[in-house]
Amino acid sequence: MFLITCPFCGEREETEFSYGHEAHIARPENPENLSDAEWADYLFMRKNTKGVHLERWVHTAGCRRWFNAARNTHTNEILAIYKMGEQPPQEIKAMIEKGKKS
Amino acid sequence: MTKYSIFSLLRNAIGYHRDWQQAWRSPDPKPEYDVVIVGGGGHGLATAYYLAKEHGITNVAVLEKGWLGGGNTGRNTTIIRSNYLWDESAFLYEKSLKLYEGLSQDINYNIMLSQRGVLNLAHSLSDVRATQRRVYANKLNGIDGEYIGPEEIRKLVPIINLDPTIRYPVLGSSYQPRGGTARHDAVAWGLARASDARGVDIIQNCEVTGFDITGGKITGVQTNRGQIKAKKVGVVVAGHCTVMSDMAGFRMPIESHPLQAMVSDPVKPIIDVVVMSGAVHCYVSQSDKGELVLGAGIDAHNSYSQRGSLHIIEDQIAAVCELFPLFSRMRLMRQWGGIVDTCPDASPIISKTPVDGLYFNCGWGTGGFKATPGSGWVFAHTIARDEPHELNAAFSLDRFANGYLIDEHGAAGVAH
Repeated sequence: MFLITCPFCGEREETEFSYGHEAHIARPENPENLSDAEWADYLFMRKNTKGVHLERWVHTAGCRRWFNAARNTHTNEILAIYKMGEQPPQEIKAMIEKGKKS
Repeated sequence: MTKYSIFSLLRNAIGYHRDWQQAWRSPDPKPEYDVVIVGGGGHGLATAYYLAKEHGITNVAVLEKGWLGGGNTGRNTTIIRSNYLWDESAFLYEKSLKLYEGLSQDINYNIMLSQRGVLNLAHSLSDVRATQRRVYANKLNGIDGEYIGPEEIRKLVPIINLDPTIRYPVLGSSYQPRGGTARHDAVAWGLARASDARGVDIIQNCEVTGFDITGGKITGVQTNRGQIKAKKVGVVVAGHCTVMSDMAGFRMPIESHPLQAMVSDPVKPIIDVVVMSGAVHCYVSQSDKGELVLGAGIDAHNSYSQRGSLHIIEDQIAAVCELFPLFSRMRLMRQWGGIVDTCPDASPIISKTPVDGLYFNCGWGTGGFKATPGSGWVFAHTIARDEPHELNAAFSLDRFANGYLIDEHGAAGVAH
């Protein structure tokens, strides 16, 4: 059971939240021009990172608002919470870069 | 390999069991193999076994980063069945069930296959209709099974709660008599022993850290025990398959989730079939030791932590207690988690990849154990011939681009 800090309501138990999978996947602006492979990439292919993963959660049983989280999928440690439309904090980006190199 | 038999048992009993031969060797890796299989679980070992047996390819290594069958092979709830809705799945899982039926004799190792029958319960009108449809589809595909009502369910499972006033009443069920369970460790150990006897090198504590790819073609793998050259590489690593595909440089439609299972205190025989419910999401069977083996659904979040959240277990135990009120005072003895590789259409990927000579077998999600020998059989064919068998042609990685998904989500009764 995670304790997740909703940016609007504060710390609550995981059961109040629903998972929204990988964050920052933008819907292609020109779907009619995409090849099948490119469309499949948008629709199905996922990062599934072992390490720092950027993902979405929604506070279903609370304010019902979406937000982003950076979580280490190996340890389940939640490293940062940030609002929709925002980019992850700089130190998280650095951690992801570092993870790629190692 | 010394043949296991009643006579070898007697002979070794006289010798106080001090002279049993080692079941498989632990060789150092050779510099080069024809085929390297990454992942020493049931599917990987079955692949190596059928490569040797069906295709005569014995210069094979199975690389396992931990110990044999220590991943999902040793963590599942051992249920075997083949009553899937769609033709592609039905034929694949039925192939596997047929191989299971002869496996103990084939590999000279008792996998304790127990065809005790599997029930998939229906709790609503739409459940009933979907279940009947699935049973009819199974019959058309030559797979045993029937739809049964509450009275027949009572005969098979006298302890089940058939009270029509409960929140999710039991209205009917599919019943596959040939379904059942097998001993999961024995499947891994038996396949390891049989592969080893045919010349396959099983190398434990050997983690793959990278692939050697030259001009779009695989030439070997990097491991913590040095480089191993290989003409072909088959990857069967379940939860970690995207870690592997990241190394190889292509993307997969896979997410890894924790899946939990648990066993109760051992008790006297009380339930002699497998009962599954996709709607209230629980599955129950009783092991030979007497423990109730209980399974749950996955945790919603991605994770590699091999542990899940307690609320998943609470939900599933609530379902078990409503279906079997007499279990409510039992205690759970152990609970554990594994990492399953879930696919968007709840069907596996057994496929060639964008890299020449590199093959992936993954995406089995929560239901891979039942497919172990069949999965190995078709994967061995795919690797040996460099093209899929007709049984797994539909389970290609391409299906996500061309749209031919095999949507077994609801159709398979979810519980898998």
